Amino acid sequence: MARVLLFGPLRDLAGWRERQGVDAASISALKALLAGEDARLGAALSGPGVQVALDQAIVKGDRPLAADAEVAFLPPMSGG
Amino acid sequence: MTTVLCDFCFDPGALLSEFCRGRTEVGAVATFTGLARAEAGDTTILELEAYPGFTEAEIGKIADQARTRFSLDDLMIRHRVGKIAPGEPIVFVATAARHRRAAFEACDFLMDYLKSRAPFWKKEHGPGGERWIEPRAEDHADAARWDKESL
Repeated sequence: MARVLLFGPLRDLAGWRERQGVDAASISALKALLAGEDARLGAALSGPGVQVALDQAIVKGDRPLAADAEVAFLPPMSGG
Repeated sequence: MTTVLCDFCFDPGALLSEFCRGRTEVGAVATFTGLARAEAGDTTILELEAYPGFTEAEIGKIADQARTRFSLDDLMIRHRVGKIAPGEPIVFVATAARHRRAAFEACDFLMDYLKSRAPFWKKEHGPGGERWIEPRAEDHADAARWDKESL
């Protein structure tokens, strides 16, 4: 049951910042699940420059999700 | 070394005093303070979002690079998150070294990173609504200087 976090413009697009208890076995399955609920968000999660952090470390490509995984979708960072 | 995100207004002078206290071998402390701009009334509030834990860890990696590259004795980074009014400090960086050149350059290096690549998401609120901000080309060019330069 993953915890999912959205930041920056993704948060505004989705209308939520955090969800708990999302049932997905992998990052690709999680993206498909979110895209099924909200097609615009689904497209944005795979948009240019969006990085994925799994348990606070950037990952490339697909990864399996442990029961207590934290997945964050990070749009291009703006700096401070 | 401390990297601290805070959601309240801080006093750069007090941080500088704290940072300098008790140092007898350092010789040089350089600081930078960034303030929120009003943009002639176009910006009433600047909002900064961070990823707690991740943002501090990523900044910490660059701080470690700065410490090694410029042989720093110490450094301090304080960064606001949340809603910031024009005129309030957004960021404070202090670097301590034996001599001034290293302190100046490390401060410059850290600010170029913080302004272009650090994990923040920035939104301007104003009379015309709100909009997310991306780094300027100049910010990227400033940060890229350090990729080419060697000391």
